[in-house]
Amino acid sequence: MSDTRAATNTKGKSGLFANGFDPVGLLLEGRAFFGLIAIIVVFSYLSPNYFTFDNLLTMSSHVAIYGLLGLGMLLVILNGGIDLSVGSTLGLCGVMAGFFIHGVELAPLGVTLYPPIWVVAVLVCGVGAFVGLVNGILIARFKVPPFVATLGSLYAVRGIALLITGGLTYNNLGGKEALGNTGFDWLGFNRLFDIPIGVLVMIVVALILSVVLNKTAFGRWLYASGGNERAARLSGVPVKRVKISVYVLSGICAAIAGLVLTSELTSAGPTAGTTYELTAIATVVIGGAALTGGIGNVRGTLLGAFVIGFLSDGLVIVGVSAYWQMVFTGAVIVLAVLLNSIEYSGRAKKKSSNDGGATPSPQKTESAGTAASGGARQVPQKTAG
Amino acid sequence: MLSARNVVKHYGGVQALKGVDFDIYRGTVTTLFGENGAGKSTLMKILSGVEQPTDGQLILDGEPVRFASTVEAQHRGISIIHQELSLAPNMSVRDNIFMGRELRRAGGVDYAEEARQAAALMTELEEDIHPLTKVGDLRVGQQQIVEIARALSVDARILIMDEPTSALSATEVEVLFKVIRDLTARGVAIVYISHHLEEALEITDHAVVLRDGSMTAKAERADIDLAWIVRNMVGENFDLGSPPTGYEFGDTLLSVQSLTVPDDSNVDRAAVDHLSLDVRAGEVVCIYGLMGAGRTELLEALAGASQVSDGKVMLEGRDVTHMDIAQRIAAGLVLVPEDRQRDGLVQTMTVGRNLSLASIGAFVKNLFLSNSGERGLVDDSIRDVHVKTDGPGAMIGSLSGGNQQKVVIGKMVTTDPKVILLDEPSRGIDIGAKAEVFKLLAERAKQGLGVVYSTSEVNECLSIAHRIIVMGRGRIVAEFGPDVSKEQIMAASGESVAA
Repeated sequence: MSDTRAATNTKGKSGLFANGFDPVGLLLEGRAFFGLIAIIVVFSYLSPNYFTFDNLLTMSSHVAIYGLLGLGMLLVILNGGIDLSVGSTLGLCGVMAGFFIHGVELAPLGVTLYPPIWVVAVLVCGVGAFVGLVNGILIARFKVPPFVATLGSLYAVRGIALLITGGLTYNNLGGKEALGNTGFDWLGFNRLFDIPIGVLVMIVVALILSVVLNKTAFGRWLYASGGNERAARLSGVPVKRVKISVYVLSGICAAIAGLVLTSELTSAGPTAGTTYELTAIATVVIGGAALTGGIGNVRGTLLGAFVIGFLSDGLVIVGVSAYWQMVFTGAVIVLAVLLNSIEYSGRAKKKSSNDGGATPSPQKTESAGTAASGGARQVPQKTAG
Repeated sequence: MLSARNVVKHYGGVQALKGVDFDIYRGTVTTLFGENGAGKSTLMKILSGVEQPTDGQLILDGEPVRFASTVEAQHRGISIIHQELSLAPNMSVRDNIFMGRELRRAGGVDYAEEARQAAALMTELEEDIHPLTKVGDLRVGQQQIVEIARALSVDARILIMDEPTSALSATEVEVLFKVIRDLTARGVAIVYISHHLEEALEITDHAVVLRDGSMTAKAERADIDLAWIVRNMVGENFDLGSPPTGYEFGDTLLSVQSLTVPDDSNVDRAAVDHLSLDVRAGEVVCIYGLMGAGRTELLEALAGASQVSDGKVMLEGRDVTHMDIAQRIAAGLVLVPEDRQRDGLVQTMTVGRNLSLASIGAFVKNLFLSNSGERGLVDDSIRDVHVKTDGPGAMIGSLSGGNQQKVVIGKMVTTDPKVILLDEPSRGIDIGAKAEVFKLLAERAKQGLGVVYSTSEVNECLSIAHRIIVMGRGRIVAEFGPDVSKEQIMAASGESVAA
């Protein structure tokens, strides 16, 4: 609109525009943050190998997988949906990477194409996006509930991954110098400034999504349609397009996670990523997002990924049995959600007392003072009730 | 019968009630008047056991009582109809009425008996609703009837009605009043809360006025009139404004031609039936009609929120019939929906973000949102529509109903529309906020905005509208100028004129 307006308006600076300063939000994330510190302290005490630079990096590469899936899931959950298909999509994308590296045979031409690695990566992301697109169209256009639509994809996509490999695993993903498709292991094994590439990929994706959520119209649309889809629609928000987009983005995130994981393992198995969709949901929830939509952010989800990753690796290092690991992980997830609901109700209470505290005195003077002006009276704040 | 003595209620640091005395007598209607935030709802919540008082006591039949929960209060014969509907939309009318106290018989719930009683209640309330209809399929007014039926089914000795008529048509209100008279004749005590002052005056025996958490006045029906209530509520006489004058109307902005909207629940009839309407720049048009007359359907169809089966909508000579909501907003045709909680506000966002939601495009620069652009827009908007808030960063839920409504209106005004449609803009807000909303619209009309608002209160027709259109069964049944009488409007809409 007009720049003069913006320039003359210096008052009214508050939480709305200062992206980030929200004491309650900090507290919410603080919980996950303190949880993470507690985990690090406890495991460092239990095992001298835990808090070493190498181990932290190893754990971070595991975190990267959860984080990438979780970031995609965050978008879907912000929209008020759920994407159960990300684990399967991860598996399929890994398999597709193996498939492309081993060459695409074009039967009628009698040639086999060996696409370079960057093309493989793009193609694989396309596969992930396609799975997301199918989910999104089912959900937004045909009104299939997200849970059901993505549950269907969970099965179907896993099935396709198994069909492509016949149940086997693609090994030897190194490629051949002569074919110009080497370098796939770069993703999983190389380090930049000592940090695994997978972790850097996660950070880049997180930064991009953070900008998208806070600084673009799409981000605002997403928060609005997740908070109240009807109101958003009546305000002219293209809610269907937003909905389809989040599933596509979630699919792409799963594809990227699939590439990183496949490269780390140097093998593409069709069952990779089984149950990872649940871990992804857990990271988002631990990060303070509401499953009802509209509430959550990138920072929280990243913290959630670190909590889950550092906890499960810590349990392995300390030598807790695999069965107990599951029990602990489950307990942490429930605890997080429990704290979530406590925080939310606490926030509501805090809110009402804050508002009220300022109002009672102006209320009286207002009603006496401005009523005389023929109806331009301000309504006193409704105090909690 | 039930008395509250020196009841005090704190919420955090706020005193919602500052020592209120309140008496309810057997077989009478006691009406509680007061603006939003005066403490009416809080007092009722204490009487019905939803909340406990910070100080003071309740006396029932001469002995002090304490209700730890609504169940306990219900057990003592106190039942409440809440202002906000508390029904399960996924369940049938029957199941909602008997929710939590299902009639048992050997082997399970006695559905047949429940259905019979539910049907009897519907007959008593003169509403043609089948007991097995899903509540979610009913209109808001009908849902309110179900809510009332539920309270009636308990056989309460004291029945508290918090805004029972806010979504009812005049006919339905008449029926409700008949029921209330039946109940009082049987010795039931009624506590009645309403923003419709005239309506409340019609039914009440005693009046109690709250202001600012204290009782300001108390009187018998015979000793009071409308002016007395308003005086005690706000300390000043009130009127809802008059049509803005002193300018000529401009060109025709909105032209609706033979618009037809199908009725989802009834294929034989159209919700809006070949309706034609022109609105000129600067003109304020009021659409009055009973529940089900097609007001909401008309406005939603005009805004592009629902399917149209026939007809054309032209805005400034452009055909917008096939545009979606966003395109119509861009073209300058916007809707302020009826139900602000459901359709108007995003509760998870701040006041500022709610205000800017419909105009995001205006402050996007090179793909990114411009903070300063948004701040300017929001600050202007808050000033324009006089939203009272701690600042744009406050959560939307912290505002009073009237201010929330102003945010919904402000959001649409900020898009710089040519024609603004408002569906019941005054629903559930107090008279002060109402007057303010109308004043705001009148000012905008003076600047050339076309304003169309719908209402179910005759009083509101006779405020700022230049032209009053009465709808019935999806058609325009009458059209009046601003000097029409209330009786004429009501007669045209098919209502019996209230005594």
